[in-house]
Amino acid sequence: MKKFPVKQVVAVGIGAALFFVVGRFVAIPSPVPNTNITIQYGILGFLACVFGPVVGILAGLIGHALIDASYGYGIWWSWVIASGIFGLLVGFGCKKVSSVIDDGVFSWKEILTFNVVQLIAHVVCWGVIAPVLDILIYQEPIEKLFAQGLVAGIGNFVTTAIVGTLLLLAYAKAKPRKGSLKEEA
Amino acid sequence: MTNVFNYIDRPSPIHRLTGATKLVCVLLWSFASMITYDTRLLVLLVVLSLVLFGISKIQLKEVSFVLNFMLVFLLLNNLTVYLISPRYGTEIYGTSHEILFIGGRYDLTLEQLFYHLNLVLKFMSMVPAILLFVSTTEPSEFAASLNRIGVRYSIAYSVSLTLRYIPDIQREFHEISQAQQARGVEMTAKENVFKRIKSAASILVPLILSSMNRIEVVSNAMELRGFGKKNKRTWYRARAFRRADYLAMAFCALLLVAAVVLNLVNGSRFWNPFT
Amino acid sequence: MEPIIEFRDLSFQYNAQASPTLKNIELSIRKREKVLIAGPSGCGKSTLIHCINGLIPFSYKGTMTGEVLVKGKPTKEQSVFDISHTVGTVLQDLDGQFIGLTVAEDIAFALENEAVEEPELHERVRKAAELVNISSHMDFSPGELSGGQKQRVSLAGVMVEDVDVLLFDEPLANLDPATGKKTMELIDDIGRQTGAAIIIIEHRLEDVLWRHVDRIVLMGEGRILADTSPDELLSGELLKENGIREPLYLTALKYAGVKISPEMKPRSIRTIRLSEEDRRKVSEWYESRKAPEPEEEKIPVLEVRDLSFAYAGERKGFAVPALEHISAKLYRGELLAIVGQNGAGKSTLSKVICGFETLQEGTVLLNGEDMAGLSIKERADHVGYVMQNPNQMISQNLIYDEIALGLRKRGIGEEEIRERVEETLKVCGLWKFRSWPISALSYGQKKRVTIASILVLRPEVIILDEPTAGQDYRHYTDIMEFLVAMNRRGITIVMITHDMHLMLEYARRTLVLCERKLLADTTGAVVLTSPELIKAADLKETSLYDLAALCGIEDAAGYVQCFIDYERQEVRS
Ligand SMILES: Nc1ncnc2c1ncn2[C@@H]1O[C@H](COP(=O)(O)OP(=O)(O)OP(=O)(O)O)[C@@H](O)[C@H]1O
Ligand SMILES: Nc1ncnc2c1ncn2[C@@H]1O[C@H](COP(=O)(O)OP(=O)(O)OP(=O)(O)O)[C@@H](O)[C@H]1O
Ligand SMILES: [Mg+2]
Ligand SMILES: [Mg+2]
Repeated sequence: MKKFPVKQVVAVGIGAALFFVVGRFVAIPSPVPNTNITIQYGILGFLACVFGPVVGILAGLIGHALIDASYGYGIWWSWVIASGIFGLLVGFGCKKVSSVIDDGVFSWKEILTFNVVQLIAHVVCWGVIAPVLDILIYQEPIEKLFAQGLVAGIGNFVTTAIVGTLLLLAYAKAKPRKGSLKEEA
Repeated sequence: MTNVFNYIDRPSPIHRLTGATKLVCVLLWSFASMITYDTRLLVLLVVLSLVLFGISKIQLKEVSFVLNFMLVFLLLNNLTVYLISPRYGTEIYGTSHEILFIGGRYDLTLEQLFYHLNLVLKFMSMVPAILLFVSTTEPSEFAASLNRIGVRYSIAYSVSLTLRYIPDIQREFHEISQAQQARGVEMTAKENVFKRIKSAASILVPLILSSMNRIEVVSNAMELRGFGKKNKRTWYRARAFRRADYLAMAFCALLLVAAVVLNLVNGSRFWNPFT
Repeated sequence: MEPIIEFRDLSFQYNAQASPTLKNIELSIRKREKVLIAGPSGCGKSTLIHCINGLIPFSYKGTMTGEVLVKGKPTKEQSVFDISHTVGTVLQDLDGQFIGLTVAEDIAFALENEAVEEPELHERVRKAAELVNISSHMDFSPGELSGGQKQRVSLAGVMVEDVDVLLFDEPLANLDPATGKKTMELIDDIGRQTGAAIIIIEHRLEDVLWRHVDRIVLMGEGRILADTSPDELLSGELLKENGIREPLYLTALKYAGVKISPEMKPRSIRTIRLSEEDRRKVSEWYESRKAPEPEEEKIPVLEVRDLSFAYAGERKGFAVPALEHISAKLYRGELLAIVGQNGAGKSTLSKVICGFETLQEGTVLLNGEDMAGLSIKERADHVGYVMQNPNQMISQNLIYDEIALGLRKRGIGEEEIRERVEETLKVCGLWKFRSWPISALSYGQKKRVTIASILVLRPEVIILDEPTAGQDYRHYTDIMEFLVAMNRRGITIVMITHDMHLMLEYARRTLVLCERKLLADTTGAVVLTSPELIKAADLKETSLYDLAALCGIEDAAGYVQCFIDYERQEVRS
């Protein structure tokens, strides 16, 4: 089995904690009553993009399962798995981005890649995986599940686009380029 | 803040079971309740979980916050199902006994009502089990338990780190938000949604950058203390299985078997009292 | 004896840097030795430590020439794991070092990784916990521990492995003086019991020298400038030339015209030998300088009345009191210090004043008007707060933008912003780095960025939480002199600090907080010459007090005050 570097173990742990804290305690009131905009997928997208698919899937699974467990409404496995898959897909799709971002590169090309990838990932997760798993596990009516998926998917896509992109930009800018640091008089 | 998961320390037989046992049990239990829609089994599970709650000496009022939350969730969920698919019960059970005439497809049928009953039961058979698991298992024991049931120790340790850092990150989030406000960044602006998301991001940026820094520091600290060197790892909090542990696991396995068998006997996930 | 660590012509350059951070280091450390590494902030001390424990070259990437030998083997040919059997590291960041969910688990961490089985695991953890005296807190989580307790846990965590070398990166930063003293004693005892070599990086020279140290290695700009005994180094001028502060009693002796030589054993106030003539010089100097200080007119700018505060606990009905019945006044143009042990409530008091925490009981008045109802932002226009942890304040990538943030949010023109930011960059010693990303700075440098970002806003009152933690003496002086200049222009300054020197030197008045209550409101000289206050609030007596006793001066507080006044008038102007 391939070795799992310590840094990735920690990235999963702290990444899931971030996903949890932001998902559990930071809700932005949306115009629709009784629904909040959640921004944790921006964070998950960011993590998956920087650390790769393994961190993406694990941080998504652990973070989401813990949010459910802390609310106590049972663990909604279908959506937990969908969160994990979202991290996985973004991680795979952004391999190219993650190979350059540590050198401080994140320009239009990378922004576009990230957002196309995350759009596809959201469509797959909330449009297909979550509802299909829900049908298999809970046998709730199909129309209701797809409607739920659609609402969640659109919201998550928008917040990932804003929050994820901003975070990646900030992260890339904070990385010094090779041999660039000189003291100035 | 440190206790978002609501662990409640009590001397009870359920607390004495090892974390690994409880984890296996809660998994078997939730699979059983996931795959079945057989009303009889669901009722059994609900009754059993109430009994277990009694044994665990955890009072209902200690988890009342969660229970209230669950009721609201249940109500909303049932309402959406009814609004979107009011004839779903008829579809499943194949008959249609109208009892309340609201108009058109919204006429309430006995089948629909029975389906909703099942929905509620299913929910109630699953939630208390997980709640019980969460409030009787020490977070410290959880990672060791995951490793015990076959999850790789590095992944199990990630979970432990998550639990370790949730309170820290929460506190940090709070403090960053205040520091930003003091510098003049408005957080509570009555702006449009996009602006609000952006101002939340102005806390997230420092939070993420400092978390990246933290990932570096923590992974260095872990490496300096030899994490990941061997293929195996022991756990300070791990406990050995005893007879009660094996019995509990066997019992929960039986429940899962019952669920599978009932599915086969009924020929579908639903138990149909209408034909 | 065979050296256990040996640097052979080692140079190291971080990938992101344009020039090497360490240059031609030659150094060897033997078993049982205790070595202090001193040097200005950013000179490469932490980098040196990372070369020993293997983080360089295995975790931090860069170009390394020459070699480091640990137990006779080059680190390059080993791994971080191999080295960890010989070398235990206690990082500066105590929260990062604390990995387990509870104390016991954190101590056990290294053993768990070695797959040590029961019952040996529990036994060894128990022993290590006893060694550092933390056995009564085995089930506590990191959030429930004080700074000093965390320090103990991190020690036990590296002790379980029975290592030959212990590395400490600024172990005293953020500890109150009494805890700092205990920590040094603990480190010393452990070194003696286990026979491990000990390497300490620290800016608080006098505190480290409280117990015996074999050698001091002085670094500057990536090179070793001196490697000699404390007695030798303290007799020369090298420390001062490199911006490191010498122990206070030595400064006082020099003011009195006493010449320091290695034979006097100047390494500690307890070992120093003074001749009859030296003593006479000191008391004569004192007699010649005694003078009463003129009283100034006092206008209160900030006042708290009967303020109490408690943090909400996790569950309902369970609150953690943090402040009880605090009443105090802050006068316009004052420079005030707040001192007290870890967890006394100093940061909490500032947070309540700045509106970070909601006032529960009592009143806060600004220029005589009640502050209730003002938002955090509105309060920040009058009262600026520099938080203890710099990472929580920094939200921009570049130093310039970070300092400009508050000005931009206040709608000030770019031209004026540039002027003010550039001025602040210079006084905070950040000019050379102005276009660097903040992530490439050392801890001390980051702290300066956050101070700059508040200074630039020019509020009426500035509260600084540990402004000098992790700063070397030169930057410390630069920052403090800038604060004093601001202070002369009428800005009122409050410093929260564990640094008794800082309090003595700069503060006209000191508030002592102790376990949530205000214990005293007086001058620094009085505080540090009163044994009851020192004991109650976990402070530490100043060595000037001992010097006064040594020279037969009865009014120790008077002597200390005289010393401070002399510094203010003669040395700094
Ligand atoms: N990871 C890194 N990448 C690039 N440069 C670095 C890195 N870490 C440190 N430096 C640079 O190397 C120099 C020495 O840093 P180091 O942390 O060793 O200083 P220090 O002497 O420990 O300072 P302080 O007392 O402030 O902790 C600094 O100028 C810093 O900017
Ligand atoms: N957010 C919080 N929730 C609960 N308790 C807290 C919180 N912040 C601080 N405390 C507690 O309040 C007390 C006072 O803390 P405070 O940070 O004001 O101490 P301090 O005097 O600044 O200490 P130090 O010198 O270590 O910085 C401590 O016992 C601390 O554990
Ligand atoms: Mg350092
Ligand atoms: Mg504090």
